[in-house]
Amino acid sequence: MPTVSFTSALQRFLPTPSAQVAGTRVADALAAVFSSQPKLRGYVLDDQGALRRHVAVYVNGRPVSDRVALTDAIGPHDEIFVFQALSGG
Amino acid sequence: MADRLHVGTRKGLFELAHRKGAWDVVDAHFLGDPVSAVLPDADATLYAALDLGHFGAKLWRRDRAGAWSERAVPTFPPKPDDAGDDPHPWSLGKIWALEPGGVAGRLWVGTMPGGLFRSDDGGASWSLNDALWRMPERRQWMGVAGGEQPGINSVLVDPRDPADIRVGVSSAGMWASTDTGASWRLINRGMYAEYMPPERREDPIAQDVHRLARCAAHPEIVWCQHHNGVFRSEDAGANWRETTAIRPSKFGFAVAAHPSDPDTAWFVPAIKDERRVPVDGKLVVARTRDGGRSFEVLSKGLPQRHAYDLVWRHALAVDASGERLALGSTSGGLWISEDGGDSWTMPDARLPPIAVVRFAET
Repeated sequence: MPTVSFTSALQRFLPTPSAQVAGTRVADALAAVFSSQPKLRGYVLDDQGALRRHVAVYVNGRPVSDRVALTDAIGPHDEIFVFQALSGG
Repeated sequence: MADRLHVGTRKGLFELAHRKGAWDVVDAHFLGDPVSAVLPDADATLYAALDLGHFGAKLWRRDRAGAWSERAVPTFPPKPDDAGDDPHPWSLGKIWALEPGGVAGRLWVGTMPGGLFRSDDGGASWSLNDALWRMPERRQWMGVAGGEQPGINSVLVDPRDPADIRVGVSSAGMWASTDTGASWRLINRGMYAEYMPPERREDPIAQDVHRLARCAAHPEIVWCQHHNGVFRSEDAGANWRETTAIRPSKFGFAVAAHPSDPDTAWFVPAIKDERRVPVDGKLVVARTRDGGRSFEVLSKGLPQRHAYDLVWRHALAVDASGERLALGSTSGGLWISEDGGDSWTMPDARLPPIAVVRFAET
């Protein structure tokens, strides 16, 4: 199953352990994580389900191409990493 | 008088206490996180709204025992297909106004991009006020602060009637409901907008209401710091008269209304628009005690040389006595007055840029 991991910057706000989840698209994998940690959804996605402007999702070290519906395909051995894009000061 | 002050800044929420005749920072919460609104509620709980740069707006509550827990944030419903041309995003930008609803557990939240939300369970759940959000006129609301998002900066709940709600919008005038938000009317008449084309100058929806403040003991008295002037209403915001005596300038963001004297209010004037700094580099407070016919310029204890402190909408507060005030600036300056603004002192602190100051009465 694909693995989803989160930046340690989120640990300040809520627990975000790495998880192995089922799914063939990035959206499925994230939804599976959010089902066990509902508050996390709002940290990663906006109200319409798109990636927050300053959050990045990489699959095997490359940014996803669909930041709105997260339809990028994933395979069983893929590593999904959610982290903060640079912003602020 | 209120002996506790909460200061929301770009880098955390600072709590000050008045002890042995002096104010001191006694705690720092959410250090490093931007705080956009704070509310010490009557039941001794404290709410703090965060505006996290990466992870969005959040709401936390401290219970009476002192334990913080994350509450729900307001969220917008899925954007319907027929709203494709809506100029404003259907997603929470930030919590800008946070007010008690006059009923146990009720809170109102004004947001960017202009949604008004209500909770009846202390922030455990929220519902968007559909009547205001789905009004066709809402699409005419103009964005502020260099962005595309309008914002509800003020929510006034009538202390005599929790069904009577008035909101101030940057930039779309003042809206009123007398049925707990089931229906809304644009009510403000008598304001003018210097920045608009001549034919739209007096259009109520074109008015950039920076901030509204209401006299608690005389709720029909409402003051407005507008983008190009100071206005006063004697009928809860329906009709407005400009108070041209304001000095040293008529631009500003903040206003505080005396809790019991309908003729007293405080403002923090600045050079308008293009510059947005104090006039002549002197930070001053303008106070009227005669309903706006005249103003005193108060400067004792405030920096009078090379002071470029701007005071945002929510960064001027008065406590329930009307004697104790707090003033916080974009340069992190914090000043407190014990004498209605006659003189000011600065606590021993150099704070991050201040968005909001608020006294706790309990």
